[in-house]
Amino acid sequence: MNRFLLPLGIFLVLSVFLAVGLKLDPREVPSPLIDKPAPPFQLALLQDPGKTLAPGDLKGQVWILNVWASWCVPCLQEHPLLVDLSKQSVVPIYGLNYKDARDDALKWLARHGNPYTLSAMDADGIVSIDYGVYGVPETYVIDKDGVIRFKQVGPVTPKVLEQKILPLVRRLQG
Amino acid sequence: MTRITAVLLLALAMPAYSNEAAPAADDPVLEQRVMRLTAELRCLVCQNQSLADSHAELAIDLKNQVRSQMKAGKSDAEIRDYMVARYGDFVLYRPPLKSNTVLLWGGPFVLLAAGALGLGFYLRRRRARLTEGELTSEQRARADALLRAGQKGGTR
Repeated sequence: MNRFLLPLGIFLVLSVFLAVGLKLDPREVPSPLIDKPAPPFQLALLQDPGKTLAPGDLKGQVWILNVWASWCVPCLQEHPLLVDLSKQSVVPIYGLNYKDARDDALKWLARHGNPYTLSAMDADGIVSIDYGVYGVPETYVIDKDGVIRFKQVGPVTPKVLEQKILPLVRRLQG
Repeated sequence: MTRITAVLLLALAMPAYSNEAAPAADDPVLEQRVMRLTAELRCLVCQNQSLADSHAELAIDLKNQVRSQMKAGKSDAEIRDYMVARYGDFVLYRPPLKSNTVLLWGGPFVLLAAGALGLGFYLRRRRARLTEGELTSEQRARADALLRAGQKGGTR
């Protein structure tokens, strides 16, 4: 009897470890940028290349930064949600257009709706590197002082929006 | 005659000269440094590949970033810090020793110690068993009888 106990014990411990491992999402890398100031940038606007957007312009309000691209398939998945959110005008959404061609991006917005107050073009992706982007879409919640308070890698789901982003936005605005 | 011309023609044939493949970058020393550093950085798009190995678009961008920072005179440590500030310790294939990585670094040694301890106990018990006194002739006879009975009957 005793000699079965040890292998059984090892098996159980191993199963627990593997079960926990199955539930973890390896793509969810904790961002070191949380509670850090949003990296500064100054990028040309998608719709109006003569003008620029800089995070410093948005101080004093809570805003959402959404990294997107017309070639990005999962972006389409979250897009209706963002369009809905923008219609509620709870919080402004600013777009960071990642490594995209202007024409493609404009066409994409015309076709799927434009939830963005403004979109800035990060054509070579350098600014996105500063934001630690590694899988478009990514979404940041930035507070009144320009500090990143939340980051979502991958499409925003209704659950994330309802349970994380909106409560956080309300708290930060309050 | 045709044979002679054939031989002459063969002699005329120029050996094909081949060149060594040109290095992909203008500065092989720099390129080697880029490769050495990026081999220690994880590509976040394809997480089980290093930046050096990966051909994901982001990995190429990051390699270019590493290259241009090296050209600008940044040290390896500075570039590593640059990556960690953006992507976290997760980009390092050799994570630093911190409170949340103690188990990672110390775990193997704890397991080794536990194994050594277990082995020690086992060997000691085994030796104790082996050096138990020899059987007396009376015990041996009884053991033989039991063994024979066991072979016939099957109970041990």
